[in-house]
Amino acid sequence: MTKGRHVLLVEDEPNIAEAISFLLTRDGCKVTTLGNGSEVLAALRGQQVDALILDLMLPGASGLEVLAAIRADAALAGLPVLMLTAKGQPHDREAATRAGADRFMTKPFANAEMVAEVRALLGV
Amino acid sequence: MPLTTLTGRRLRERRLALQLRQADVAKAAGMSASYLNLIEHDRRRATGDVLVRLAAVLELQLEDFTEGRAAALLTDLRAAAAGAAVVAVETDRVDEFAARFPGWAALCAGLQGRVGRLERVVETLNDRLSHDPHLSAAVHDLLSAMSAVRATAAILAEDTTLDPDWRKRFHHNIHQDAERMTKGADALVAYLAGSGAEVEGASSPQEEVEAWLSARGWHLGELEARGPGPGALAAEVAALQSSAARELAGAWIAQSVRDAAMVPRGGLEAALARGEDDPLRIAGDLGADALAVFRRIATLPGRPEGLVLCDASGTITFRKPIPAFSPPRYGAACALWPLYAALARPMLPVEALAEMDGRVSPRLRLRAYAEMRHVGGFQGIELRSAAMLVTPLVQAPVSAPILPIGSTCRVCSRPACPARREPSILGA
Repeated sequence: MTKGRHVLLVEDEPNIAEAISFLLTRDGCKVTTLGNGSEVLAALRGQQVDALILDLMLPGASGLEVLAAIRADAALAGLPVLMLTAKGQPHDREAATRAGADRFMTKPFANAEMVAEVRALLGV
Repeated sequence: MPLTTLTGRRLRERRLALQLRQADVAKAAGMSASYLNLIEHDRRRATGDVLVRLAAVLELQLEDFTEGRAAALLTDLRAAAAGAAVVAVETDRVDEFAARFPGWAALCAGLQGRVGRLERVVETLNDRLSHDPHLSAAVHDLLSAMSAVRATAAILAEDTTLDPDWRKRFHHNIHQDAERMTKGADALVAYLAGSGAEVEGASSPQEEVEAWLSARGWHLGELEARGPGPGALAAEVAALQSSAARELAGAWIAQSVRDAAMVPRGGLEAALARGEDDPLRIAGDLGADALAVFRRIATLPGRPEGLVLCDASGTITFRKPIPAFSPPRYGAACALWPLYAALARPMLPVEALAEMDGRVSPRLRLRAYAEMRHVGGFQGIELRSAAMLVTPLVQAPVSAPILPIGSTCRVCSRPACPARREPSILGA
């Protein structure tokens, strides 16, 4: 189950972040939210995180830049990552896959689909 | 070495210029006169050593046959053939085609060039849709707001045991995002309908002229009495990009000269200053054409009125948009505009208080009138033109019936409109 699993959610739209956070918390996860790409690496190094939900377009550093840095960091490289974006064109998906995303979701999303994707990401 | 078409014609012209007989040249080049005859009429292709021998006899350089316009023509024709996916083109006879039918060949090549230019415009527009940062940002904002609304609304709908504080919070979020979506949609529609950078070559001549007039505040003061006259505008007209736009600008200037003479600025401004803004009464007082008064009112400096002109087909021939009223750039306008009622009933004024479709729903006073001209007299043709003056209303009379109108069906959000021609992108 997802109970107690820690998900870091990086999303600069506060209302989307709030809705996702509510959904995952209701599903048993512990959710931490961030709104800026430049804060992600420090946050990951400072705590145990089981999965990362990463928006593509972020202030500070883009989701792709953050993901590339994660995959280049030996301590973080294995972290399961779900890329989330309003840009759902094939080349965006390809770019996310190339950068090392495990899963990819486009906005707008169905809540059940989001929960299922995160569960899959956590391997439950 | 690719040989051009028109080879035979060149050979023939050269031979005639040297005053040589076909038989003599053929003999010197080691071939029969009949074969040379076929070559000269491009019925046979002169290649390889045959051409070398003929060039030597006629004192020509082989390069003469491989460069220049003829080569360009062949290249264009081959490009046209390459693009013909469904038709088998006799590409092996392109030389013969160009030589025997130079006019048709030039037409084909010209059309091929035009297709190429239009394809570039389409690519540019496509690229703009894909990569335009304004468009991309607007779509991204909309999708983000929609995502938030969808996720939050689903939580509210599905979770019946939701804590009241959470419920209140989510309601607030939905309201916030709905406002964002409305603004975003308005901005997007406004951008697609009328703003943003033009794609070079993609704007129409009419748009060019309107952009020029808009930049001048719609007024051509040079054409007023005691002004320097049309010559003072020549440089500005010459700077317009297309020749069609320059021609349209010239026609507008000529008409404006007539309008200014018929409706003197002093008399018009005096009438407007005393509260008389009825174009037909002003026209009667000044002994002027009604449509000239419509045009003059809308193009006086600083006037708030918008103006639309159309011809007998309903095609909009002139647009002066105002913030509360933005006529469509492309396609047909709203069929409910009084402009079209007036067009169907020339010489009868049509007036309506209207409410424009949109988030703000501005109210407008619309006055339309159509005139007829009989070019060629009793035996000639009838030409109709109509004008609609659009006056923004700060406060509309509450009791008066309001006509709901839009810009054009594609961007109008009135789904039940009886005059709707096609679905709206807003309701999709």
